Amino acid sequence: MNLRRALLIALPYAWLLALFLVPFGIVLKISLSDMALAIPPYVPTLDIAAGWTGLKEFFSQLDFENFVFLTEDDLYWRAYLSSLRIAALSTLITLIVGFPIAYGMSRASDAWRPTLMMLVILPFWTSFLIRVYSWMGILSQQGLLNQFLLWTGLISEPLTILNTNIAVYIGIVYTYLPFMILPIYASLEKLDDSLLEAAEDLGCSRLQAFWLVTVPLARAGVIAGCFLVFIPAIGEFVIPSVLGGSRTLMIGKVLWEEFFSNRDWPVASAVAVVLLLILVVPIILFQRNEQRQREQEQ
Amino acid sequence: MTRRFSWFNATSLTFGFAFLYLPMVILIIYSFNKSKLVTVWAGFSTKWYGELMRNEAFLDAAWVTLKVALVSSTVATVLGTMAAYALVRGGRFFGRTLFSGMIYAPLVMPDVIMGLSLLLLFISIGLDRGVFTIILAHTTFSMCYVSVVVSSRLASFDRSLEEAALDLGCTPFDAFRSVTLPIIAPAVISGWLLAFTLSLDDLVIASFTSGPSSTTLPIKIFSAVRLGVSPEINALSTILIVLVSVGVISASLVSKRAIIRQRREERAAVT
Repeated sequence: MNLRRALLIALPYAWLLALFLVPFGIVLKISLSDMALAIPPYVPTLDIAAGWTGLKEFFSQLDFENFVFLTEDDLYWRAYLSSLRIAALSTLITLIVGFPIAYGMSRASDAWRPTLMMLVILPFWTSFLIRVYSWMGILSQQGLLNQFLLWTGLISEPLTILNTNIAVYIGIVYTYLPFMILPIYASLEKLDDSLLEAAEDLGCSRLQAFWLVTVPLARAGVIAGCFLVFIPAIGEFVIPSVLGGSRTLMIGKVLWEEFFSNRDWPVASAVAVVLLLILVVPIILFQRNEQRQREQEQ
Repeated sequence: MTRRFSWFNATSLTFGFAFLYLPMVILIIYSFNKSKLVTVWAGFSTKWYGELMRNEAFLDAAWVTLKVALVSSTVATVLGTMAAYALVRGGRFFGRTLFSGMIYAPLVMPDVIMGLSLLLLFISIGLDRGVFTIILAHTTFSMCYVSVVVSSRLASFDRSLEEAALDLGCTPFDAFRSVTLPIIAPAVISGWLLAFTLSLDDLVIASFTSGPSSTTLPIKIFSAVRLGVSPEINALSTILIVLVSVGVISASLVSKRAIIRQRREERAAVT
């Protein structure tokens, strides 16, 4: 029995240690190394055969040069800041778009709600890349949106939307919308209608009742939804590279190009380490929010 | 009391779902467009599907993707279920916090970081990149999703059922196989389905961990998409959207029926 239990724990544990934690150690180590024209393209490499002196030699060559480089070249600063800005603004837009949908779902009749739920979840299962791609045909110069707007006479010249930041915002809002809707819906669904009735009996208008009862009770869901959109949006790569233009600056794209185009592995690793440090703050806040919610439910 | 479903609710649902589905509907419609120009409608045709079937590169990539998804989701389901069991039923063990941290971290980790770190691992241990390394990478992140799905089901079901089986003389393994597993089966199946579609879908991690001879479908689509909209990609996307939708909808119907049956049996057992 005990051997079985040990095996049950040890197998997934060892897998995650080897393929999740150790790789991070390697990223950290390479971020402290220097780029070199060699295979692998960085120095120093650890020479285990040299024993203790080899280890000392190895550590003495590690430095924070790449991190200093990140602060000196303003490309990286601007990329981090613009990722944060794009993520924050698109989270806000997703909230504005998603809240009424979640609210509408929570008001729908019991017979309809499972179907509506399925309709929200279904896009989440279909390919992310395809959903991002589907906007290319709509937003391009001769795309359907421009054709439609020209036809209605609202504009006389086609708008340039594809390959700008606006397209990136649309892409993020579109693909992450289910992540916003589901937690808000989950908290609104539990809302007791008699609370609204009580508020109205006590003289609230419907709008006041909504503002004073529904919104505060949806807060936990709103916070969870915002984190679920904000956190992955910061490191997003697919959306800025498919819908964004050459001037769209996001850190996921910078990391990718640093690695695949410039082949500068140490700088790419340093970019990853800093990105991770930036993400730690919202991730911890998110965890705390989840925990508080769980405690409230108990 | 009936819920008050106002015109505002109806409008926001209509516009919301139109926003969610219109781009995909347009994509599907234009995959049947005769014209090479993707924004001009020139009549109905299925010729792009024919072109797709003759495109060896796409078929090869589809085969690689399917292999990776099948193997990685199956291994991930086994490992993820074990991890969930260890977390919910394993009691205290050394490094439990680290373990649960490693389960939850990949869910919020940007793909670029996961991909980069795994690639650097494979290079530093001298593992040649190919189908095998993609499978390792996909198994790693999807086992975490499986474990989250399964552990929420494990945490919510009545533990006394397991204890009863043990009292009646089952070995812990028998109790798991004949009591626990049937109860958590819907969660295990949806975990597998999630792992399968995540693997099918992944572009970034596969790009980092694949070798020159092992291109997956998303990598292929991505390199084609960067050149602009193409009717062939529209046709391919349509096939994928239809396959996944049919799979997900039928799986949810099956599991819904299973849950109803299970409830009925539980009720029958009580009376």
